Amino acid sequence: MAEIKIITTDEIKTDEYLVNMGPQHPSTHGVLRLLVKLEGEIVHNVEPHVGYIHSGIEKMTEALSYPQIIHLTDRMDYLSAHMNNEAVCLCIENALQVEVPERVKYIRTIFDELQRLASHQLWWCASGMDLGALTAFFYGLRDREDILDIFEETCGARLTLNYSVPGGVMFDIHPNFQSKVKAFIKKFRKTLPEYDKLLTGNIIFQNRTKGVGVLSKEDAIAFGVTGPTGRASGFSCDVRKHHPYSAYPYIKFDEKLGTDGDSFMRWKLRMDEMWESLNIIEQLIDNIPEGDIAVKMKGVIKLPEGEFYQRVETGRGEFGVYIVSDGKKNPYRVKFRSPGFSNLFTINHIAKNWKIADLVAIMATFDLVIPDIDR
Amino acid sequence: MKSTINYIAEIFRAIWSLLTGMKVTAKYFFTPWNNVTQQYPENRDTLVMFDRFRGEVIMPHNENNEHKCTGCGICEINCPNGSIEIISKSIVNEEGKKKRIIDQHIYHLAMCTFCNLCVKTCPSEAIVMGQKFEHAYWNRTSMTKVLNQPGSKIMEGIKE
Ligand code: SF4
Ligand code: SF4
Repeated sequence: MAEIKIITTDEIKTDEYLVNMGPQHPSTHGVLRLLVKLEGEIVHNVEPHVGYIHSGIEKMTEALSYPQIIHLTDRMDYLSAHMNNEAVCLCIENALQVEVPERVKYIRTIFDELQRLASHQLWWCASGMDLGALTAFFYGLRDREDILDIFEETCGARLTLNYSVPGGVMFDIHPNFQSKVKAFIKKFRKTLPEYDKLLTGNIIFQNRTKGVGVLSKEDAIAFGVTGPTGRASGFSCDVRKHHPYSAYPYIKFDEKLGTDGDSFMRWKLRMDEMWESLNIIEQLIDNIPEGDIAVKMKGVIKLPEGEFYQRVETGRGEFGVYIVSDGKKNPYRVKFRSPGFSNLFTINHIAKNWKIADLVAIMATFDLVIPDIDR
Repeated sequence: MKSTINYIAEIFRAIWSLLTGMKVTAKYFFTPWNNVTQQYPENRDTLVMFDRFRGEVIMPHNENNEHKCTGCGICEINCPNGSIEIISKSIVNEEGKKKRIIDQHIYHLAMCTFCNLCVKTCPSEAIVMGQKFEHAYWNRTSMTKVLNQPGSKIMEGIKE
């Protein structure tokens, strides 16, 4: 098992040298610093240094009331903003034992899947760019724009949605919502095969990812790797399947599992998940029940004394919210379990003895969002 | 021999895979109307944002320069980052009763995260989200706004 230790200069052998990858490196997707020990081009050790974008959200929440906490969670994993919002809302609702209307469950689930699609699209285009395919970047962003427009029309924001509130959602869906989502699905079913043509089949891309950075199932479980990254190694960890929430119990969908656990499998798995998300939305979009969009909550929400945990599946894996309440209107302590943090720290284990360019490929298929790691 | 054939076949497969990708790019190259970028600063006059777009907090006034804000301060309490400051003053109304009304509704645009909580919790629906999104200013002080217009007063029939 890999363990991360501080390297001091006397430990470095003559042929090895240290290189800082980041904090301002384009392929670290944010301010992540990797201290890489190299011999020539071969990676001997990777030591992730986090904390460059630490925003202290967990501490800040202790001074805020429960409805106010939600808007901060947008800023952690900004590509899975709605799932983060939903996790906090579900946690509060569970603690208060409030049952939200069916309509809310459906709307939330559709938003989850749209957000997952948007997240995977951005991952696709950004990691394409990391691996040298700039065209992919434009195509991915073009399609993501349609989803962001749908979000903007219904809830007024594109990235930091703050759409879920305790007990429901902030606005009812826009009258155009259903038709726009359906038009988007129709269009995206045509453009998604283009993604495969453009990159998945590309020989340069395949040579750079196939067999690179293999994460075994045992290691995935040992490191707590979740999400598409864990599933690519064959670790069945989909929270939507194992601990269904919102409208997931009502629908049929497959949990995609990979076998190889290499970079290409992680890539392939996310592409498959996009198809699956389209299926999920199609099952729900015509069946949104009528009803209220929120249950009436008290003006000041106070959670009963105790500890509450809720997990959801974000675009990167299992996101958990742990609230300790002492019965006041502010939480006593909040802990967020972010998927990116656990996923990142396998990197030393699997990038060893690969070339530095392969490290970029591994990072790209890990789909890291740095504020999610640092919080 | 077999490895040589494989090697050459591999080369052709590689070229084919690149051509498949090029075909997609070529399709969009020759049909540019499929993906037209918004010409942003040029289309400013025709650009319409969605009604629910959260650009900034504004306080609508009617033609008599009246607004609906009672100065209750609920928005100030609900704002997670202190972007709103309510300064109220007391006046004596016609019946000779003392009454607190809004003096200044100060909004710090620079601190606002556009979370919509103030708009959602305002009991008299006095503030709404505006569509303006071009918030670049030369100095920081112009990002602090007073939402109630000078000389404005509260609309008739708004409950305190
Ligand atoms: S804007 Fe609304 S909530 Fe804020 S002080 Fe005025 S009436 Fe009260
Ligand atoms: S939108 Fe949110 S951050 Fe901005 S003033 Fe209103 S409550 Fe405060």
